[in-house]
Order: sequence, then C-alpha cells, then structure tokens
Amino acid sequence: MQLSNKNIAGLLSAATCSLLGASAQAEEGDWDIDTAFLYYSESDDRVEAFEPVVSATKDLGDDESLSMKLVLDSLTGASASGAVPSTQVQTFTRPSGNGSYTVQPNETPLDDTFKDTRVSYSMNWEKPIDRNNRRNLGFNVSTEYDFTSVSGNAMWQRDTNQKNTTWSYGFNLELDEIDPVGGAPEPLTSMNAQDKAGTDSRTVLDFLFGVTQVIDRSSLFQVNLSLSEADGYMTDPYKFVSVVDNSGEPIDQLFESRPDSRSRQSIYARYKKMLSNKDIFTASYRFMTDDWGVDSNTLDFTYRFNFSGGYYLQPRLRWYDQTEADFYRYFLLSGESPDYASADYRLGEMEATTVGVKFGRNIDEQHAWSFRLELYEQTGDSSPSEAFGQLAQQDLYPTLEATIVQFNYSFRW
Amino acid sequence: MTRVIQGLVMCTLLAATGCSSLGVKPWERELLAREDMLMDADALDLAFDEHIYFSKEASSGGQGFAGGGCGCN
Repeated sequence: MQLSNKNIAGLLSAATCSLLGASAQAEEGDWDIDTAFLYYSESDDRVEAFEPVVSATKDLGDDESLSMKLVLDSLTGASASGAVPSTQVQTFTRPSGNGSYTVQPNETPLDDTFKDTRVSYSMNWEKPIDRNNRRNLGFNVSTEYDFTSVSGNAMWQRDTNQKNTTWSYGFNLELDEIDPVGGAPEPLTSMNAQDKAGTDSRTVLDFLFGVTQVIDRSSLFQVNLSLSEADGYMTDPYKFVSVVDNSGEPIDQLFESRPDSRSRQSIYARYKKMLSNKDIFTASYRFMTDDWGVDSNTLDFTYRFNFSGGYYLQPRLRWYDQTEADFYRYFLLSGESPDYASADYRLGEMEATTVGVKFGRNIDEQHAWSFRLELYEQTGDSSPSEAFGQLAQQDLYPTLEATIVQFNYSFRW
Repeated sequence: MTRVIQGLVMCTLLAATGCSSLGVKPWERELLAREDMLMDADALDLAFDEHIYFSKEASSGGQGFAGGGCGCN
C-alpha cells in the first residue's frame, strides 16, 4: 500500500482520535465557530420560535478544548391550555389575574399570552487525563421571564481495547427556579379563585452510562443507559383541566396538578455505518419509561448521500410514540377529586413523525454550511371513548403540525 | 431500582466482553475519523432537536442528559 503524506497525516490523526471526540484536524489556538438559526412554526397560529445560536470551541492543544455556546430563543403565539372546547363562548382569566380572553364555540382553547425570550449560555471543558481517559466538565445557565435554570455536569470517558471501546460515565445536576406570572397556582383550584402565591423550584439529577464500540473499519455502535430523578415543582402553572357537567359542557377550569417527583429510565442505541460509496446510514432507537406511566419509543433514521465537492443530502425519518401519564385526563367530571390531573397534550397518548431533509456542503476543512427542512406531525386520540355529550362532537386532541427550518454556517478562526 | 441498575450493568459488561473481538487496528481508522462519522457530528442540530422534542413530548435525553434547562415543559 502506497501512502501519500496526506494519507499518513490522516491515518496518524485517526489513530489518535477518540471515538467520541471532536475532529482531530483543528490546530492549537484555533477557534471553531458554529452558527445556526432555527425557525420553528406550528400550524393554526400556535407557537412560533426564532432561535439563533453561536458556539465557539477553542483548541487548547493536546486534545484539550474549551467550548462556549450562546442561545437566544424567542417564542410567540398560542399554546393549548388543556381546557376542552365548548358549544358556548368561553372566557379565561389571563395568568396574571388581570384581564381575560375569550374562546369561540367549538374551538380548542389556546392561551394567547404565550410570549417569552430565553437566553442560554453554556461552557464545556474537555481535557485528557492520560492516554486512555478524558474528562469533560460542563456548565449551563438559562433564563427566561418566568424560569431560571442552572446546571453542571461531569463526564468521564475511558478508552479500552485499543480505543475500540469507549466507556462513558456522567452526571448532570440541574436546579430550576419557576416564577410563574401571577404566582404558582394552588393545584386543582378553580381558575376563578386565582389562588396563587410565590415561586417554586425543582432539581433534576441525571446519570448516564454509555458504551461506544467500533465494529469494523466503517461502522460504530453505541448504547447509553440513563437515569433521571426530578424532585420539586413539576406542574405547568398555565395549564387547566376542565370540569364538565353531565352534558359534557365545561362548568369550571382547574389548575392542573402533577406529582412532585419523577423517575425516568431510558436505553438509547445507535448504529452508524459508512457504505462503500461513502454514504452514511444512521439508525437509533430509544426506549424510555417513567413512574408517571409514560413509556415511549423513538426511532430515528438518516441516510447521508455524500457527493463530490463536499456536497451532501441527508433525508431523515423520525417516529415517536408514547403512552399517556397515569394522571392524564381529557377532562374531569363534576364532583371528582383526584390527587393529580393534567390535560396537557404532551402527557397524552400520541404518535409523532418527523420527515425532513438536510442539504449542505463542507467547502473545505474550515468552512461548511447546511440547510435543514423538516415537518413534524403529532397525532392523538381526538375522539376518546370517555367523551360524551357535546364532548363527543369535539376534537379533543387536535393534530399538531410544525415546520422546522434551520441554517448552519461553520468556520475556523 | 437497585436490581434494575445491577441488571443493566451486568448486561453491558456481558456485551462488552462479547465486543472484545470487534474493532480495528489503529491504522484502519481512516473512515471512522472522518468528521461525518463522529458520533457527535451535527451537535447543533441535536441540541435543537432535544429542545423541540423536550417541549412537545413527554420524553427527553437518551443520547445526552434528560434535563431541558427550559420552562417549556
């Protein structure tokens, strides 16, 4: 086998490159800048988001790197409040307690006060411990009008078996402070009472244990096991559960109530293979289960066509399904008094698909751009068997459709 | 819970033992070292996805940590 200088350089960098680490091609002192802009838009004038991101990674030499990321997230639009539609005009008090908005007959109640701007800043410091061990320390702070989150994480990665196997052990501790507009409502009290007070908080502790294995020259396999323990305020302070009379008409709106702890476990597996024509196939699967009764399956496939000139085209298909939380209720009957109840569609039984395509070009080793367009659709049971009276005529789980548009540009500086 | 964790650790160890015959020599990594073959390629896309799906579904994490760091769910 004859090797050119370029090949030798490539092989040497490959030989020292870890399975999970960043590209070995950056030189000491270089900054790798990744910028991206996301536009997310839901149908029926629901949520719209603009999200610019800039990420900078500095190569400190000897496989040590420091990265920083700044995210701005601007949200507007309306979000389903959880209340059921009615044949009558419905009036809802705004979260602040001042003013109200009305919902027309037979329309899904949406809270139109949904507007927020989030700023998130994160840092990550990766450093080798010795030839086969690395550690990664991360820090993240995120603030929005009614929510502040601070988190720190640590990850240890160990290569064994001639760097063919990488073991990852990590944890993340997140502290959240929730300061709802108008105060945190007393769970399952009437919207009309406006029984609200103060702020609340929660902690989320995550553990991750992963193995990445090189199978052969062109394929990799990864398995992660994750545990997540959340304690504290888990309720959405802006969501309602409707109380209906015996004709199915809503007679009251209660603030929802969720348990104050949640344990989640998940297993995630991914396979990545480069074909003989240099195209890349990736498949992943995740199973998640939690003590709220939610089980979910996620399948994700991408196929990357690599063309000459650094161009590529990458179609994607994602499929997701979940069971409903034990306390998910489309509505409550008059006189019922459960401990917990939520009509948040995100806790209901549903399926979702994402179909999309990404097109991009790696211009040279220092410049790349890409464009991504995806369509997301989420469907649930619009006419559940428990619906009666006027509810049987309503769409109790409207289909959600969203368009995702993203542009990325990366350069070295 | 402890039994579940012990079981998962055992399974992974068994899998890893079975994996010891897999892999490549250091000079056979040219394809694996390509940027598009890294497991964390498209990191910004992944971060956007995590944020979107955390906001719209009851599951999160798996590939990384599950905490969302936002008030959207």
